Amino acid sequence: MTLLPALPIVVPLAGAVLCMLLRKNIAAQKAIALATSFLILLVSLVIMAQTKDGTIAVMHVGGWRAPLGITLAIDMLSSVMLLLVGLLAVGVSVYTLFDLDAPRTRFGFYPLMLILLMGVNGAFVTGDLFNLYVWFEVLLIASFILLALGGEKPQLEGSIKYVALNLLSSALVLAGIGVLYGMAGTLNMAELAHVVQQGERGGLVTMVAVMFMMAFGIKCGMFPLYFWLPASYPTPPAAVTALFSGLLTKVGVYSLIRVFTLVFSTDPEFLHALILWGAGLTMVSGVLAAAAQYEIRKILAVHIVSQIGYIVMGLGLFTQLALTGTIVYLIHVIIVKTNLFLVAGAIKRIKGTYELRALGGLYKEKPGLSILFIISAMSLAGVPPLSGFFAKLTLIIAGLRMESWAIVATALGVSLLTLYSMTKIWAYAFWKPAPEPLPDLDPMPRAKWLAFLSPMIAFTVITIALGVCAGPVFDYADAAAGQLMDPEIYIGAVLGGAD
Amino acid sequence: MTSIIFRTATRYMFPPMLVFSAYVLLRGHHYPGGGFVGGLFAGSAFSLYALAFSVAEARHILRMDPRDVTAAGLAVALLSGLPPLFSRHAFLTGTWWALPLPSGATLDIGTPLIFDIGVYFVVFGVLLTFVFSLGEE
Repeated sequence: MTLLPALPIVVPLAGAVLCMLLRKNIAAQKAIALATSFLILLVSLVIMAQTKDGTIAVMHVGGWRAPLGITLAIDMLSSVMLLLVGLLAVGVSVYTLFDLDAPRTRFGFYPLMLILLMGVNGAFVTGDLFNLYVWFEVLLIASFILLALGGEKPQLEGSIKYVALNLLSSALVLAGIGVLYGMAGTLNMAELAHVVQQGERGGLVTMVAVMFMMAFGIKCGMFPLYFWLPASYPTPPAAVTALFSGLLTKVGVYSLIRVFTLVFSTDPEFLHALILWGAGLTMVSGVLAAAAQYEIRKILAVHIVSQIGYIVMGLGLFTQLALTGTIVYLIHVIIVKTNLFLVAGAIKRIKGTYELRALGGLYKEKPGLSILFIISAMSLAGVPPLSGFFAKLTLIIAGLRMESWAIVATALGVSLLTLYSMTKIWAYAFWKPAPEPLPDLDPMPRAKWLAFLSPMIAFTVITIALGVCAGPVFDYADAAAGQLMDPEIYIGAVLGGAD
Repeated sequence: MTSIIFRTATRYMFPPMLVFSAYVLLRGHHYPGGGFVGGLFAGSAFSLYALAFSVAEARHILRMDPRDVTAAGLAVALLSGLPPLFSRHAFLTGTWWALPLPSGATLDIGTPLIFDIGVYFVVFGVLLTFVFSLGEE
C-alpha cells in the first residue's frame, strides 16, 4: 500500500488548496467542496472494502518503518469512522449549497471545512500518538475559525470557552505524551502497547492513563469538563453545528477508545471503572441540562453530552459485546445527531427562530420535514425498529452480563428523559398551534425544497436502514470490537510484516 | 513610521534578507535551517518593508496576495509527495534525481527539497497574511 491509507488526508488537503486558489470564485468553491466530499466518501468505501475482512491497512509514511517513522494504520473501527466522515461531508456540503450566508463563504468556509475534515481523517488513520496530537491541533484551529467566523457576540463568547478548554486538554495530551516518551522511548502506539504490556511501571502508567482520560474526556465532552460544548455549539450556523456535532466530539471518543483498548488496557479494574463512572455522570448531567432548555439547538447540543455517556459506557464495561455496542452507537449517533441539527437548521431557515415557545404548527405546514424530524428523534430516544434501539439494547445487555446494575439503570432512565426532550421539541414546534402565525421566510418551489431536504432524507433513510439491517451492522461492529479487544493484531500489523 | 533612517536602512536590508532566506532554505538539508526558518526570514523582510513604508506598498512590491502564496506552497508540498508513488514507494518517500551539470559533476535534486520549498512559501504566506491584515486595521 503506497498511497491508499494516506488518501483520507491527501484528498481534503488537495480540495482545500484548490478552494484557496479560487478564493474569489464562490461557485467554483462549492463545486470543489462537493466533489471533494464525494471523493472522501469514495476513498472511505475503497478502504472499507480492503479492511472489512479484518486486515489492517498499514502505511509507513515516507518509507520510514515503525517505530521510527509515522505509521498510518486503519483497522475496522478507523475505516467505519472514515466512512461516516465521508457521509457527513457529502450531506453537509449539499446542505451548505442552500443554507450558508455569503460573508461566511467569502471568508473561506469551504477551505476551512475541508481542512477540518483532513484533521478528523488524520486523527482516525494515524498510528502515532504525537501525530494524533498534531491532527487534534489541525482540527482545533480549523474548528475555532469556523466557530468564530461571523463574529457575533455569543459566537465569540462560545469560541473563547471552546478554545480555552481545548488548549488545556491539548496541554494535558502533550504532557502525557512527554511522560510516555520518557518511559517507553517511543510514540508509536503499537510499540507503546507492547512496552506497556511488558509492564514494570504500573503506577506511572496509570497516572499517564488518567491524564489521557482527562484530556480526551474534555475533547469529547465528558463529565465534568463538558461545559464548553453547550456554550459553543449552538452559536454558529446550522451547517457548522451539524459538522461539529458529528465529528469533533467523536474524534475525542475515538481517541479514548483507541488509547484505552490498545495502550492502557492492562489495568481495567481501576481505569475502565473510572471511565464507567464518568460515563454514567455524563449521561445524567447531559440529559438533565437538556430538559431545562427551550431552544431546539441548545436542547440538541446539550444532548450530545448525554449521548457521549452511552458511547463511553461501552468502553467502561470493556467486554467485546460492550465495545460492539459502543461502535454501533457511534455509527447511529453520528448520523442521527447530524440529521437533527440539519432539520433544526431547516426550521430556522423557514421560520427564523429556534425558540420552542415561538414556534408551532410545523406539522400542518411542512409534514415532510416533521416526519424527518420525528424519525431521527425517536431513533435518538431508542424506540424499536430504529437504529438507536439496537445500539442501546446491545449496551444494556453488555451491562447486565457484567452485572453493572447501576449503569444499566442509569442508561434506561436517561433514555426516558431523552424521549421527554424529543417529544418536547415535537409537541412545541410541530404539534401545538403557533402562538402567533410565523410567515414562511423563504418559500421555495417544490423541487428546490426537496433538494434542500435531500441530505436529511438520505440520513433518515440510513437511520432506518441501520435499524432494519441491524444484523450486518452488528456483525461488522462485533468484528471491529474483536480487533480492539486483541491488541496483538494491531501490534503485529504495524510492527511486523511487509509494507 | 516616518523615520528616514529606518526607511533608508530598510531599502538596503531588504535584498540581502531575501537572499539570506534562500540560503537558509537550501542549507536546511544538512544543517540547521530549512523551509520554515527561511520562510520566516523572507516574511520578516516584507514585514520590515510594511513597517517602514506602508502595508499598501509592501503589497504592491509583493504583487501577489499572500493567501495565494500560502495555497501555492501547500500545493507544492503536497505534490512533492507524489513522485515516489511511480516507483511503488510509500507517499512522501524521498526520491532523488541526478542532474548532470556542464562541468561534468552532477547535482542531486530530491523531493525533500521540493517539500521544503513548499513549507517556505506556506510560512511566508501565512506570516504576511497576519502582518498585512493587522497592519491594515
